[in-house]
Amino acid sequence: MSDIEDRVRKIVVEHLNVEADKVTEKASFMDDLGADSLDQVELVMAFEEEFGVEIPDDAAESIQTFGDAVAFLTKATA
Amino acid sequence: MTMRRVVVTGLGIVSPLGVGHEIVWSNMLASKSGAQRVTDFQVDDIPCQIACRIPLGDTSEGKYNPDDWMDVKEQRKVDPFIVFAMAASTQALRDAGYEAKTLEQQERTGVLIGSGIGGIGGIYDASITLAEKGPRRISPFFIPGRLINLASGYVSIEHGLKGPNHSVVTACSTGAHAIGDAARLIMLGDADVMVAGGTESPVNRLSLAGFSACRALSTSFNDTPEKASRPYDKDRDGFVMGEGAGIVVLEEYEHAKARGAKIYGEVIGYGLSGDAHHITAPAEDGNGGFRSMSAAIKRAGISTAEIDYINAHGTSTPLGDEIELGAVTRLLGDHAANVVMSSTKSATGHLLGAAGAIEAIFSLLAMRDNVAPPTLNLDNPSVETVINLAPHKPVQKEINVALSNSFGFGGTNASLVFRKV
Repeated sequence: MSDIEDRVRKIVVEHLNVEADKVTEKASFMDDLGADSLDQVELVMAFEEEFGVEIPDDAAESIQTFGDAVAFLTKATA
Repeated sequence: MTMRRVVVTGLGIVSPLGVGHEIVWSNMLASKSGAQRVTDFQVDDIPCQIACRIPLGDTSEGKYNPDDWMDVKEQRKVDPFIVFAMAASTQALRDAGYEAKTLEQQERTGVLIGSGIGGIGGIYDASITLAEKGPRRISPFFIPGRLINLASGYVSIEHGLKGPNHSVVTACSTGAHAIGDAARLIMLGDADVMVAGGTESPVNRLSLAGFSACRALSTSFNDTPEKASRPYDKDRDGFVMGEGAGIVVLEEYEHAKARGAKIYGEVIGYGLSGDAHHITAPAEDGNGGFRSMSAAIKRAGISTAEIDYINAHGTSTPLGDEIELGAVTRLLGDHAANVVMSSTKSATGHLLGAAGAIEAIFSLLAMRDNVAPPTLNLDNPSVETVINLAPHKPVQKEINVALSNSFGFGGTNASLVFRKV
């Protein structure tokens, strides 16, 4: 498990108050982890803060699952 | 049109004297104070360094554990005043033994919870974030978690209450106005049950600075906080801020009877008035308070001679206490010597928008137990009065009718009258 995955999972667990083992690669924030559209906005803000990157709105919309987030942030911080 | 009768069937409270109306009431009758020095933020540069704080701890011990009342994930999004309202509403509905199960029950049950200043703590924090980190760091929950009517919103979502969803903002009269307005919604047939009251989480650096600037807060008792709230006493020098929520379940009388609900009392009178005088100071002749009390008594269809107990607004400010006492004395006339009037703010501090609601609860419990709660720290009254102000200790007395006053900044006044059923 990568360091990025750990950090993203920690944020998701904290913000959505879900068990860490539910946060799998294919887990959708809204469909599987109980997020609403505002939670989703806040998650993206938390990723920006944690990784010191800016995630534009169109990119944010493409981040629907835990796997999406890890892939985006791996690329953005490479 | 005929007005329907409204009774109180459930009580919920989060306050500096504890969580749950029985523990709070027993602490009050034991003359305990909720005041303490503020230690969780910087106060050394503020004239008032004390407040009445909610005791944190186990719910089973009458203390406050927010996790027992609201999902942790939701709590993070809102200011504490919303969590307090959730805690007090759930208590009140449980106490009433009422759940809106059918769609019809849900649509006939509403919520009307107010707050004086709502999420001022969160607004303060977010403005710092905005200045330091810019607009992209403002949470999408910043607005919905700070709006005053979101207390009513969250409570309605939690309990599936689809009737009138409303809120009140009238400074320190908020709690009384919320209960009075909600009772009217039931009287007029807009709902059968209302969850109503006030909530406030004002204890932060910005509020203390702001109320200090108004010269409203006590400043001479920073080393003896429990002595600071002393309504009617000659050494009083301002109010002590408090935090918490008071919520009641109001119910149409036949509706309550039909389900065999326990009834704390009936809301028989509600009066409102405006001072049209000054933004923070009450009119010196006490005319505003006099007229709200008169209106409530007229609406109740009783004479002033039937009043047994008055829960005063009595905030412990130099001006306000004597003005209210004068208005009450004028209202009661020859009956004044038979009445007990106390200020429970001497124990709880001033919960601003929640004050009128917790004081309505104290008035109902005073009727239930035939005992007037005490006015703490009343060592030397600043004026002579024939009214028994219940100094230091509760007063045993048959109480069938109780009146509760709330007066707010802006010259807004509300009085509620309750009677045993």
